[in-house]
Amino acid sequence: MLRYLLGRLGMAALVALTVSVISFGLIYMAGDPAVALAGENATPEIIAQIRAQHGYDRPIAVQYLDWLAHALRGDFGVSPYFKIEVATLIADRLRITMTLGVLGISFALLVGVPMGVLAAMRPNSMIDRAALFIAVVGQAIPSFWFGLILIVLFAVNLGWLPASGADSWKGFVLPTIVLGYYATPAIMRLTRTGMIEVLGSDYIRTARAKGVPPRKILFKHALRNAVIPVVSLAAVQMGFMLGGSIVTESVFALHGAGYLAWQSISRNDLPTMQALILIFSLFYIIFTFLADALNAWLDPRLRD
Amino acid sequence: MTMTRTLPLSPRRQMAQRALRHRGLILSGAVLLAIVLIAILAPVIAPHDPYRQSLVTRLRPPVWLGGTWQYPLGTDALGRDMLSRLIYGARVSLMIGLISAGVSMVIGTVLGISAGYFGGRVDSFVQYLINVRLAMPVILVALAAVSLLGGSLLIVTMVMGLLLWDRFAVVLRAATMQVRSMEYIAAADMLGATQPRILWKDVLPNVMSHLIVILTLEMAHAIILEAGLSFLGLGVQPPTPSWGLMISEGKELLLFDSWLIMIPGVALFLLVFSINMFGDGIRDVTAPEGRN
Repeated sequence: MLRYLLGRLGMAALVALTVSVISFGLIYMAGDPAVALAGENATPEIIAQIRAQHGYDRPIAVQYLDWLAHALRGDFGVSPYFKIEVATLIADRLRITMTLGVLGISFALLVGVPMGVLAAMRPNSMIDRAALFIAVVGQAIPSFWFGLILIVLFAVNLGWLPASGADSWKGFVLPTIVLGYYATPAIMRLTRTGMIEVLGSDYIRTARAKGVPPRKILFKHALRNAVIPVVSLAAVQMGFMLGGSIVTESVFALHGAGYLAWQSISRNDLPTMQALILIFSLFYIIFTFLADALNAWLDPRLRD
Repeated sequence: MTMTRTLPLSPRRQMAQRALRHRGLILSGAVLLAIVLIAILAPVIAPHDPYRQSLVTRLRPPVWLGGTWQYPLGTDALGRDMLSRLIYGARVSLMIGLISAGVSMVIGTVLGISAGYFGGRVDSFVQYLINVRLAMPVILVALAAVSLLGGSLLIVTMVMGLLLWDRFAVVLRAATMQVRSMEYIAAADMLGATQPRILWKDVLPNVMSHLIVILTLEMAHAIILEAGLSFLGLGVQPPTPSWGLMISEGKELLLFDSWLIMIPGVALFLLVFSINMFGDGIRDVTAPEGRN
């Protein structure tokens, strides 16, 4: 198990390093960063001055290592648009995004797992078909459109919930649904296949033969085993949700890290953009590593 | 079972028969065909110029909300005919879906098949590439790339093509590993077939059904992603009639004229839903044993 985990850890570190190179490289993607910072109508002298000031005249490898060394200490420089430290800016905004992520994945699990169990109890029944149909429909609805429809329905027509903002818990209800519904079909399908497989296994037949009550079989014997891969899928989905938060937070005007990502991109705020790409990717890398570790711990067959 | 034993059909004819009996496949195929025809025939069937603005006729409601047949789906805030924009928008969505998924398919297939077939270091390297790709949120990278490179239709399409190859690589890697252990591969190798020939003639045809299913999924993914990028203002630029952009433009008037976002949203849903159903149908028809 240790060898397996070390291998995964090595891969995670390598991927993280590559992502950091790509995040850093962003400033060179659009051409000379000094020219971009100086803006239009800048004289060559001003450009040269900015280049020296930001250290853009040094070799790229040196610039990268310097940037990485600062980033590792949590220093991503100052945002040219917001005029405050990028690290402070992001730390402040990350709270909303993390809250939303946890709520979103909880929603997906609370809806997806029971739906999967119900569908697996009678494969190819009406319930099963309905659940699969809902999953296919759900996957075809663009989340930003779904968000707008929910706003029209619950905020405008019924007036039950606010259309935007995070002033009270009510502001999180619609964003949670929008962020969570996208992960629900995958969780439902995995629960369903896992349950169908487990319910057909020998130990379930033995339990049935012994006269264990069906409810106990379903929850204590079957679900416990079927849910293992679902938990690790949930961890991976949690990583994906950070990406999804960009759209969701923009629709509901929630000022989290996803909204900040959109702001920094549309304002061409490169240091913030770089930091966010790195941080979002690191979250994903950490979540997938945790999922792998959890899987290895729960399922000894995976260790080899 | 007894029928097939007394009257054996060729695998191809069995597949055709299953396809014709598959209601989801036929229905979604018909919707897709209709959308493709609408996109191709856009200049002929669109009642108005999708770009022509007119302040006199702005925000006319659709027919069922008291509008007239002159603008069956109403007009937007700039007085442009919604139906004509919707019809031309089908071109944008289909083109983006086809080209992006095509580019991803080439990248992902080459990576996935080489990883599955050669194994060892090639496999480790491809897995590393897949992990890097998956670690970076698609929407974030696409937004950043489009904002830095400019938002033309070509750039949006290419950026997505370069980002959406991961599922091709993951699935084809696994499928190739399975095919690789088959006896016919060993036989071809023993007969002296070159490796490119084995890959092209023996491996590729046997992973083709997976490839087609992923192709449909990724087409749907690319279409939704383009709509999302355009919605956030960093995809296809106005005045191009993109469905995502139409939703974005209607967002301002959400409270008063919600049909502005309903109509393009329903079109988007219908297209993506049909593509996904079509993909599911193909999977059922080509691999009936893997339905659960």
